Amino acid sequence: MSNYIKLTVLGLVILVAMIGINYARDLAYQIHAIIVMLVAGGLFIWVLRHTDEPELNTVNMQGEYMDGVIRAGVIATAMWGVVGFLVGVIIAFQLAFPSLNFDWTQGIGNFGRLRPLHTSAVIFAFGGNALIATSFYVVQRTSAARLWGGNLAWFVFWGYQLFIVLAATGYILGSTQSKEYAEPEWHVDIWLTIVWLAYLAVFLGTLIKRKEPHIYVANWFYLSFIITVAMLHVINNLSIPISIWGSQSVQVFSGVQDAMVQWWYGHNAVGFFLTAGFLGIMYYFVPKQAERPIYSYKLSIIHFWALIFLYIWAGPHHLHYTALPDWASTLGMVFSIVLWMPSWGGMINGLMTLSGAWDKLRTDPVIRMMVISIGFYGMSTFEGPMMSIRAVNSLSHYTDWTIGHVHSGALGWNGMITFGALYYLVPVLWKRERLYSLSLVSWHFWLATIGIVLYAASMWVTGIMEGLMWREVDANGFLVHSFADTVAAKYPMYVMRGLGGLMFLSGAIIMCYNLWMTVRAVPAKQASLVTAVPAE
Amino acid sequence: MEEYSILREFADSWMLLLLFGFFIGVVIWVFRPGASAEYKDTADIPFRHDDAPIEDKPVESKEPRT
Repeated sequence: MSNYIKLTVLGLVILVAMIGINYARDLAYQIHAIIVMLVAGGLFIWVLRHTDEPELNTVNMQGEYMDGVIRAGVIATAMWGVVGFLVGVIIAFQLAFPSLNFDWTQGIGNFGRLRPLHTSAVIFAFGGNALIATSFYVVQRTSAARLWGGNLAWFVFWGYQLFIVLAATGYILGSTQSKEYAEPEWHVDIWLTIVWLAYLAVFLGTLIKRKEPHIYVANWFYLSFIITVAMLHVINNLSIPISIWGSQSVQVFSGVQDAMVQWWYGHNAVGFFLTAGFLGIMYYFVPKQAERPIYSYKLSIIHFWALIFLYIWAGPHHLHYTALPDWASTLGMVFSIVLWMPSWGGMINGLMTLSGAWDKLRTDPVIRMMVISIGFYGMSTFEGPMMSIRAVNSLSHYTDWTIGHVHSGALGWNGMITFGALYYLVPVLWKRERLYSLSLVSWHFWLATIGIVLYAASMWVTGIMEGLMWREVDANGFLVHSFADTVAAKYPMYVMRGLGGLMFLSGAIIMCYNLWMTVRAVPAKQASLVTAVPAE
Repeated sequence: MEEYSILREFADSWMLLLLFGFFIGVVIWVFRPGASAEYKDTADIPFRHDDAPIEDKPVESKEPRT
């Protein structure tokens, strides 16, 4: 019966998408309608082939974890990671050598179109898939319960991939509402909201039917990330479409209110997506890889609540010296500085988990990766509060220092902890004895680390340099440098940044090869295979 | 503007006090007597159920079939 309902809904979606293709007011919307039509059409045929067929798979699966969707998530994470890093390297060299903005790619492949593709691919495609996959893994293992909602988890996974494809094609074709990290237009936003609520339902449903009396701290971080991102996403994307057959829309908020809502969203995307969610990864995978419980569970609870209470207020520090009232930007600045303490509390908690097992750093390159990621977390959560101070911000804002800060956080903290989790997950999920090659992990580690150092160092130098050049005035009060002077002076640092990115990308490709060979070439685990999950 | 002023006044007085009080309450709660033993147990959760979930006693599937 449910299949008939599905077929009806899918049929209607196909019909509406076809009308959309016909009436589309812009190319991006038309392409999106074609994608939706093809996906719905494929699903229609797939459901149709399974309708009125005898039910073969009637085994009770409650005694097994749902790992298939996590395996898919691991593959998606690695793949989108490489795509996102590759686009990053391309745009880094486009900045160093503007002639790489070829004439024949104008309007599609130039820096302005590729830049949001890079940020969203890395944050939402790579980071988002890592968060969804690891959260599904962690919530099952720490609740001793199979994922709630049956195939709803698969809907979350594929729905999220569809969101990524719609967002990416939209950026390239110019469908953007020009809000940083929230570029997708209204129709893509609505789709993400549906997927995200399904994600919340799966996660919360699993927590509710948990068999452990306590909710492990990693799940608190994941849950706060899911709920807060839902709230941020909906409020920041309140907009009225100009036409339901076109991708353009008008924001509900305007002026400084719009700017404040955007940076309330923007900073909490950092605070809850890239910090709280990834702390969930840290609080599970670091203890697992180190084979010892978290250093202080009490500290983890205080860390959680302090972070939740403080982060949400930090957004206004993005709007120093703007139309925003002074009290608001001072509030944002103060909360950002207070945030330094809980952040370092979390860093200490992660690092000290290794106390008594520091020798593992010498033998296990995966734990080394996790430790350096926590180190970068500590470094960027010191740098961030410092840059939020109004006086420092007057130098750093609009310069490449900000770019360097973002990347030491994203490549160092988010990237490295994700790589660590992937190296942990692949042998476990595919029932392999070990990783294919630890020395390749070491290669990845060093390429990535040196790449980040080159990136961050060159951005510090160029950022502070251009900040000082912009503000330099002569005895008569005239500016000494034109803007083009600063661009020319930054050239060597831009090349160095591109090389750092290239090293980081090569490390990620080595990781993909290593993980692929782990699945292909390493013998299956013998002992626990009997008790483990059979193929789904 | 009147609405703004009321909300603003409420936010930086009672709401601030409430949120701050909740946070202090959490910190005190974390250090309650007997918490250490309980948290030691909770911190061990990741090491317990690696291979399979704990099954419900009555064997019946609540999973919706497709």
